[in-house]
Amino acid sequence: MKSDPHPFADTHLRKRHRRARWFKNLTLFAIGLSISFLFYFLTDMVVKGLPAFQQTYIKVTIHYTTQSQSNPFAALDKSYRKIISRAWYRALPQQMAVNPALLNTQAEVWALADDQVDQYLKGHYHNLKPKERTLVDHLQAKGEVVLKFNALFFSHSDSKIPEFAGLKSAMVGSVLTLFITMVLAFPLGVMTAVYLEEFAIDNRWTQFIEININNLAAIPSILFGLLGLAIFINLFGLPRSSALVGGLTLALMTLPIIIVSARAALRSIPDSIRQAGYGLGLSKLQVVQDHVLPLAFPGILTGSIIGLAHAMGETAPLIIIGMIAFIPDSPDSFTQAATVMPAQIFTWAGMPERAYIEKTAAAIMVLLGVLLSFNGLAIYLRKKFAVKW
Amino acid sequence: MMVFTPKNKIKNHKESLIKSLLIIASTLSILTTFGILFSILFEAIEFFQLKSVWYFLTGSQWTPGRVDSQFGALPIFSGTFMITFIALAVAIPVGLGSAIYMSEYASWQMRDWLKPMLEVLAGIPTVVYGFFAAITVAPLVVTVCESLGLRASFNNALASGLVMGIMIIPLISSLSDDIIRAVPDAQRKASLALGMTHSETIQHIVLPSAMPGIVSASLLALSKALGETMVVVMAAGLRPNLTWNPLEDMTTVTVQIVDSLVGDHAFDSPDTLSAFALGLVLFLVTLVLNIFSLMMIRRFKEKYKINTL
Repeated sequence: MKSDPHPFADTHLRKRHRRARWFKNLTLFAIGLSISFLFYFLTDMVVKGLPAFQQTYIKVTIHYTTQSQSNPFAALDKSYRKIISRAWYRALPQQMAVNPALLNTQAEVWALADDQVDQYLKGHYHNLKPKERTLVDHLQAKGEVVLKFNALFFSHSDSKIPEFAGLKSAMVGSVLTLFITMVLAFPLGVMTAVYLEEFAIDNRWTQFIEININNLAAIPSILFGLLGLAIFINLFGLPRSSALVGGLTLALMTLPIIIVSARAALRSIPDSIRQAGYGLGLSKLQVVQDHVLPLAFPGILTGSIIGLAHAMGETAPLIIIGMIAFIPDSPDSFTQAATVMPAQIFTWAGMPERAYIEKTAAAIMVLLGVLLSFNGLAIYLRKKFAVKW
Repeated sequence: MMVFTPKNKIKNHKESLIKSLLIIASTLSILTTFGILFSILFEAIEFFQLKSVWYFLTGSQWTPGRVDSQFGALPIFSGTFMITFIALAVAIPVGLGSAIYMSEYASWQMRDWLKPMLEVLAGIPTVVYGFFAAITVAPLVVTVCESLGLRASFNNALASGLVMGIMIIPLISSLSDDIIRAVPDAQRKASLALGMTHSETIQHIVLPSAMPGIVSASLLALSKALGETMVVVMAAGLRPNLTWNPLEDMTTVTVQIVDSLVGDHAFDSPDTLSAFALGLVLFLVTLVLNIFSLMMIRRFKEKYKINTL
């Protein structure tokens, strides 16, 4: 080794700096990987789901005859039989029963196409026969096949006929379930947080409650489903697959999230506010309810919205309590069998028809849209009401 | 002062009433924990009256739905641990790396962008990850393996493990980020003043200080991976399979719980009750992991006198 005149000179300095750069790039790579996962995933869902927002319609001439009243397939030319949706045919006799004046008339309408035609036109796998394919090509050349916005997806409920399946019952079910969840979890969560932050003295009992809450926040969600099944359904006899049981189960799951965030919000209120209140002769309860809670409210609200979003995406416990039933009509009470959006996604993902894949991805886009706007709202509220004490 | 006495009495009365209401609300969390424990425990005891506990823990044949059905959960446990291992092998390095970058290197503006993005990743429902694993990642794994001359099942454990790993990244990164930032700045400054490079400071000073917190985050991640349901229900197999090969199909505890409760079995048949026996194992394992993790984070907080974590 050459002798260096400088006593603090480090001969390895270059190597150490190289290592420092390397380490920094490694961590940069890690975060890049996380972000690119996110983008790959979102792009994949959008590419798969976007086509489902459009649905194929074919222009047809309906012959309302007495024969077509009993056999709806007779209303159209025989060649259309395989390329028009079965669900559309089935609705015809009903239409004629409601409006008898239609008998012996003709009408030109856009009829819902079969899912195989739809998949063929979107360039996916299909099982159309060559004859039907040439017919579709021919109709398309004449301009009698169009892709329209798929309004059915939002106005119809689940169906075994893919082109007729929609999200409505799942959306209604989600709203009913989450209503129960929030009505229970929000007040109970805030009350628990107020007790632990403002009233409780730090003893073993309080510590036990705290450990319990933290443990509940980390326990696998599927176990809450087992609790719902054993207690709400088998012990209390509440109706299986109903929004009520689902809401109760999710409320227990959301509770720890709300408690933890509400406690953080209460803790961020400086003690001087409380001291000032006591100084003016207010009681503990008055200080909490008139001063501390209103000031902490934005923070509590933010946490609750995040908890709500969490409950909205939860599936596993709801599967256990039977909320994956086939629900062709949207429920209109809390005790009817219902399904929720993530459970609908799960059911569609298991369907064999190719058309359900894009339905699933589209339902995911809707769900993610709702969740992202919830999260966005929470972040906005947090930024807007952020107070530096 | 005498004038205020009656009013104060009413106030005190109301005060104690509300206080007891608050206490009742806070005991609900304890009721929930015991509700979960007992609802699982009673059914599990019923199961173990029908089938042997020892064989359940050590046997390798899981054949429900037969006359001479056997319930040896070893292949189910092994599948669970394989998928969990893959998930953590993805999530811990990537999550920790992200946390180090965000807390030590990134500028404030960049943090403001990165943090919400990871929050989005954390906010994606598990059923969506499951769909992604089954429709996109599993076929991708099969194609890649075929080009390498390997045979992979469409329900391969690798795909579920990878996607589960992605899912857990934000959990590890956000917890570790908070912890690394909670390490007192004086330690960093002392190290830099002694002439250490930034990366040496991180590796030799900051990370060892933050280690209890990082271990705690990893334990939470482990507990989450063990109990994760939707990804494996949708992407992993149903067949109990005792193997080391991650390209084969495997099943997990949660998959079996869902499978045995969704079918049309009688509620007191061993097929259905086996779900509660598996649930009991899951509950106990995650309980131990969670409590251990809470203890470590508590120790970290006490050491550095932090009360905001």
